[in-house]
Amino acid sequence: MIYLTRKCEFSASHYYHNPQWTEDENRRVFGKCANLNGHGHNYTLEVTVKGEVDPTTGFVVDLKQLKEILNREVVDAMDHRHLNKEVPEFAAKVPTAENLAIAIWQRLAGKLQVAKLHRVRLYEMPDLFVDFYGEA
Amino acid sequence: MKAHLTRRYILSASHRLHAPALSEEANQATYGKCNNPHGHGHNYAVEVTVSGPVNEETGMVCNLADLDEAVERTVLERFDHQNLNTLAEFETLVPTTENLTQLIYNILKLSFSSAHLERVRIEETLNNSFEYADGANLRHR
Repeated sequence: MIYLTRKCEFSASHYYHNPQWTEDENRRVFGKCANLNGHGHNYTLEVTVKGEVDPTTGFVVDLKQLKEILNREVVDAMDHRHLNKEVPEFAAKVPTAENLAIAIWQRLAGKLQVAKLHRVRLYEMPDLFVDFYGEA
Repeated sequence: MKAHLTRRYILSASHRLHAPALSEEANQATYGKCNNPHGHGHNYAVEVTVSGPVNEETGMVCNLADLDEAVERTVLERFDHQNLNTLAEFETLVPTTENLTQLIYNILKLSFSSAHLERVRIEETLNNSFEYADGANLRHR
């Protein structure tokens, strides 16, 4: 088994708001992130896939293909966009780094032909990241 | 769904590696430059990883403000800008980063309970890092 990690970056805006709660409650739980005008981050995404090395190509995954999937499913869909307003997963879900890592996993899982998705690591900032391994 | 969240903190401290049970020569041979009697310092980068189900209402494993507060109060206030050798915790314990990593893990295990503490990882320099998870298997890629 070998693991391969591909990195990509995107910049997006978001805010945290739970419509079931009062404004005060939103402010108390989400702090500055509750500002409804939104704010943004430069996200760094690391996607790790695993599998056996193909004896003919020497690849665990075709990087060109992986890059295309990442561009289509993540970068094109999220870069320079407002997560709450433009990414359907967050129409009714708070776009925290946790939920974003899960949404990215769900977009990628099943799209890989040979290798298996192992981990999605999403940096919201250099000092904060979330790992998702597809666990229920 | 279960996610892991990692937050990185910086603390600066000095230390000297010296084991009283060893002779001067043995200390010198074991610890080299780190045995300098005047000590030396590092900017330690402390990574704290917690895990748990992502809360449906908040979208969070835990509130980052709670984690920051616990780390600030029980770790950074205790160790930042200190000489580790002068602290009670290291009175009979060599302040290697192995020992510091375990100590910080054990402190956080008690002071933070909003999510499961997975591991503490400390970068002593860009070349050396240490991880502790209290016997649990560390999850490497």
